[in-house]
Amino acid sequence: MPPRSNLLGWVRALVVGLALIVGASACDRGAPTVAPVSSLAPAAAPAAPTELVVFAAASLREPFQAIGEQLVNAHAGLRIAYNFAGSQELRTQLDNGAHADVFASADQANMAPLEKAGRVGAAMAFARNQLVIAVAPESATRIRALADLPLAQRIVIGAPEAPIGRYTETVLDNAQRAFGGQFRRAVDAHVVSRELNVKQVLAKVTLGEADAAIVYRSDAVAAKGKVVVVAIPPELNVDASYPIASVTGATNATLGRAFIELVRSPAGQTQLVQAGFLPAAPTFAGP
Amino acid sequence: MLVPGGALLVFLALPPLSLLLSTDVSQLFAALSHPLVGPALRLSAFTTLVSLALVVLLGTPLAWLLAQARSKPVRALETLAQLPIVMPPAVAGIALLFAFGRRGLLSGVVYPRGQSVAFTTLAVIMAETFVSAPFFVQAALSAFRRIDPGLLLVARSLGASPLRIFVRVAVPLALPGLAGGAALSWARSLGEFGATLMFAGNLAGKTQTLPLAIYTALESDLPAAQALSVLLMGFAFVLLVVMRAALRRSGAES
Repeated sequence: MPPRSNLLGWVRALVVGLALIVGASACDRGAPTVAPVSSLAPAAAPAAPTELVVFAAASLREPFQAIGEQLVNAHAGLRIAYNFAGSQELRTQLDNGAHADVFASADQANMAPLEKAGRVGAAMAFARNQLVIAVAPESATRIRALADLPLAQRIVIGAPEAPIGRYTETVLDNAQRAFGGQFRRAVDAHVVSRELNVKQVLAKVTLGEADAAIVYRSDAVAAKGKVVVVAIPPELNVDASYPIASVTGATNATLGRAFIELVRSPAGQTQLVQAGFLPAAPTFAGP
Repeated sequence: MLVPGGALLVFLALPPLSLLLSTDVSQLFAALSHPLVGPALRLSAFTTLVSLALVVLLGTPLAWLLAQARSKPVRALETLAQLPIVMPPAVAGIALLFAFGRRGLLSGVVYPRGQSVAFTTLAVIMAETFVSAPFFVQAALSAFRRIDPGLLLVARSLGASPLRIFVRVAVPLALPGLAGGAALSWARSLGEFGATLMFAGNLAGKTQTLPLAIYTALESDLPAAQALSVLLMGFAFVLLVVMRAALRRSGAES
């Protein structure tokens, strides 16, 4: 049997823990009337930290974190919580009432229904992306072009539910029309997994488990040095357009709009281009 | 006592009940014809039955050996065999990749060139076996430990060989406990998700088991995901009832 004082200690710890949780959540909601135990609160805290919640396609991880950093530097006390996942997964979460301020999708198909349902505001295209083949260094001598893809022992692509999977289907169909023969069937025979977001597709090659994967150009840039990039001819490639919108009923609507503006600004576009994306529309690139 | 206890019970019962109540039978049958469902159903049945057979065939001798010896090193081995129970499934998936993947620890030894078991149906079976075996071993171990040592002593004094004692005395006496453990382990491997996703991937007909199909369908066809969930829950419930009945019998007999 535990000594009584020990038990008391646990109870005290529990009470303090609960007080902290209650206090913290009260702070989050900006309700200063329920002050937490004063000795625990930081003495001269500035304004309560605001948290901006950004839901973004998995492929946007690197540029959005860089852009978010710029926004955080300009706004004291701002914190950005990201949810990077397959666009279809984010859409499901938003459909089910997930709380977010900004949503950026890798395709129109996952944005348009939310827009129609009034779940998000007007969506604006902010970047484009193309597909490439990411090849494991060990297989780089064998796979030098899209036509070599059937030579890969193990191929990983996106699931048809995810934008990357649908874009990949388009590219493979285009290639079948261009190359003819058994191209598509040979590729399908070597597909060992269909992942629900592009970063999982990419991970299979960086782990060395797959010889080749079809990913966005931006992912190949993010994995520079770990994979060999094989280009897909422009006439067979897709033009993946990324829309962004603020979520209806967002708690931080103003900051959300600021984030979107920053993404579309020259500074944001520079980050996106550095990350391997293309500017929103061809006209954007010109002066 | 009644209020907090009742609150927890309601909290635990509400999600499965809601799932059941929001599914009507016609919708269930319609959703079962979804293209993801058939292959996933067959694959799950096949892989979990194979892994169940492996778990029982290999786990029973292991549990017997562990039940016999009680020295400190054996206790450590017992802990080792329990580790997957507390391992997060995603961790199990990564660990399996690092052991059996292309660049894994065994890659130079087992695979001649570029081959690997990862992302095959065999990988699904391995993931299921890895996460479910400890449940069976644990149940079998306690069933063997509940056997009256006097009975084993009598068998030995009558000249029975250790193998004969195991097959003719220990296993029959521990049978209800073994059956309960097998049911629990089967339920665990049917529900296996994280390790399979990471170690075996997600390919319809090859590695996409029921839980992976539910996860995939959730993002395109909610009714199909719902129907599969009801199906899986119903089967798990049957296994639970079997397990409880078996464990009650083993408890009564000891």
